[in-house]
Amino acid sequence: MIFSIIIAFVVGGLICVVGQLLFDVAKLTPAHTLSLLVVIGSVLDGLGLYEPFIDFAGAGATIPIMSFGNSLTHGALAEAEKHGLIGVLTGMFEVTSSGISAAIVFGVIAALIFKSKGKVS
Amino acid sequence: MKNARTYQFASKPSIVSTAVAVGPLEKQSPFLPHFDLVYDDERFGQETNEKGHAYLIEETCKLAIMKGGFQTTDIDLFLAGDLVNQMTPTNFAARELATPFMGMFSACATSISTLITASFFLETNHMERILFGSASQHNAIERQFRYPIEYGAQKPPTGQWTVTGGGFGVLSHYQSDKPYVHSATIGQVVDCELKDPLDMGSAMAAAAFDTIQFHLSQNKGTSYDFVMTGDLGKTGSAILKELIRTSGVSSYFVDQYRDAGAEFYGNNDKLLSGASGAGCSATVYYGPIYAELLKKQWKKVLLVATGALLSPLSFQQGESIPCIAHAVELSMD
Amino acid sequence: MDAKTYQQTVDQLAPKRPVLKNCLTAFLTGGIICGIGQIISFMYMYFFPFTERTSSNPTVATMVFIAMVLTGLGIYKKIGQFGGAGSAVPVTGFGNAVVSAAIEHKSEGFILGVGGNIFKLAGSVIVYGVFSAFVVALIKTILVQVGVINW
Repeated sequence: MIFSIIIAFVVGGLICVVGQLLFDVAKLTPAHTLSLLVVIGSVLDGLGLYEPFIDFAGAGATIPIMSFGNSLTHGALAEAEKHGLIGVLTGMFEVTSSGISAAIVFGVIAALIFKSKGKVS
Repeated sequence: MKNARTYQFASKPSIVSTAVAVGPLEKQSPFLPHFDLVYDDERFGQETNEKGHAYLIEETCKLAIMKGGFQTTDIDLFLAGDLVNQMTPTNFAARELATPFMGMFSACATSISTLITASFFLETNHMERILFGSASQHNAIERQFRYPIEYGAQKPPTGQWTVTGGGFGVLSHYQSDKPYVHSATIGQVVDCELKDPLDMGSAMAAAAFDTIQFHLSQNKGTSYDFVMTGDLGKTGSAILKELIRTSGVSSYFVDQYRDAGAEFYGNNDKLLSGASGAGCSATVYYGPIYAELLKKQWKKVLLVATGALLSPLSFQQGESIPCIAHAVELSMD
Repeated sequence: MDAKTYQQTVDQLAPKRPVLKNCLTAFLTGGIICGIGQIISFMYMYFFPFTERTSSNPTVATMVFIAMVLTGLGIYKKIGQFGGAGSAVPVTGFGNAVVSAAIEHKSEGFILGVGGNIFKLAGSVIVYGVFSAFVVALIKTILVQVGVINW
């Protein structure tokens, strides 16, 4: 158990270092960086590499935003396997829905209970 | 009309009163003793940041009018601006003040462009008293130009911190015991094709240099207590110093050079390159600098406010950052 | 003034981004967030009937919830200044982008403000995640159907 936490720490940390290099060296904005990482996640799943990566790194692979691209692709592929081409569209959100629905639900709840604070003091 | 961008005011219009108000973070400023109003609430007790911004302008203006011993009805013209889209905070404050009003936008250089324009109006003798100045409110500006306040974006060391504050003054005919506007140089837009919106000091330093060089060339032999730019920050002011040093303009100006943005929060590394915003130069010029001129601690200063003329849209469309700098020479007899 | 020479002056004098230090803090921040994610997913496996693979959904939702609380309390932006990509790349950064936009635009009302702007920052991630997933899945499905590869 401790070992898999360490693996998650190291792998997740390294993915973030890649993100930081995209910020600081490639001078990309956060939006560009995150979009790029999501696309990379999709492609890796298309190549069948992301699931083994999750088996190895656990949360180190599922928590970074790349996993978002992976689960979208994964859902689409799972449906395509059953229903052919049309499944590509219908299966898209089958796996990922938790991230997006959680963000929407908690976003609205946050707007209800929190007020934008002032600056750091 | 060659060289018409520099003008010497024969009537010596005097700044007869000023007022400065700031928000909570600005308490850290070494200039704090010279701020008239210090609020603990970033929104000044208002519901939204934009309403707070308008309230800040309104209250500071009222105080500037009161300190001069005037009524709002004595004001012939209110000339001011801020950085919010269409300058609604200033417009809304003008609605409350109910004086004749013209809004001006020169980004963070509005503190000086309004003073220059006011001086020209007074030179015609048609008007008596003009209220001028500018303000900014951190949250309202950040959310418009960058990200929501609570978004965890990392700012690089060249980043600057928008000041919550406003500085306003009343300009009237010459009074021997008040600082007066000796001369002014209107800036020209300078664009050195820099594109990083998190390094505006570097972009604006070129405009400041252009205006300073022109002003000095028209006022040869004048000695100043200091030259002070508005919000170049630590990054921009280092670049401006280098430009002055290598250009052959007397090195005297390197030693006499200051920047309001770099000094604003003292030596606080958390605030990166320093302060910026239309409220940065306005609070420093019309707070501490004005007070020290009044006490005759300084006799002649050159104030150069700088502005980055970009919008979030122009940045997203890949445009570079055009910049401007307006200069005013304030003197005390 | 010549723009090229000026840019050279700026490059010389403007402080550089501390890339090494930023990478280190990004590694620590991102690593800790993923480590916490791993602990939460163990909890889902231990206390609830989730397996190693299915536990990732509730874990992601929990992480977004934590991000909401930290954003609302004004803590996430401080983590962001320290951690850079370390706090932006994990799904908590996605949550922070959504929640911060929601809180910020509350002043324009719940429909035009919150509803209209909630995906202002995070929208591009969803759009290009979905679009790239579509393209990748389409290519793979076609390749399988013509018999080039297997599922």
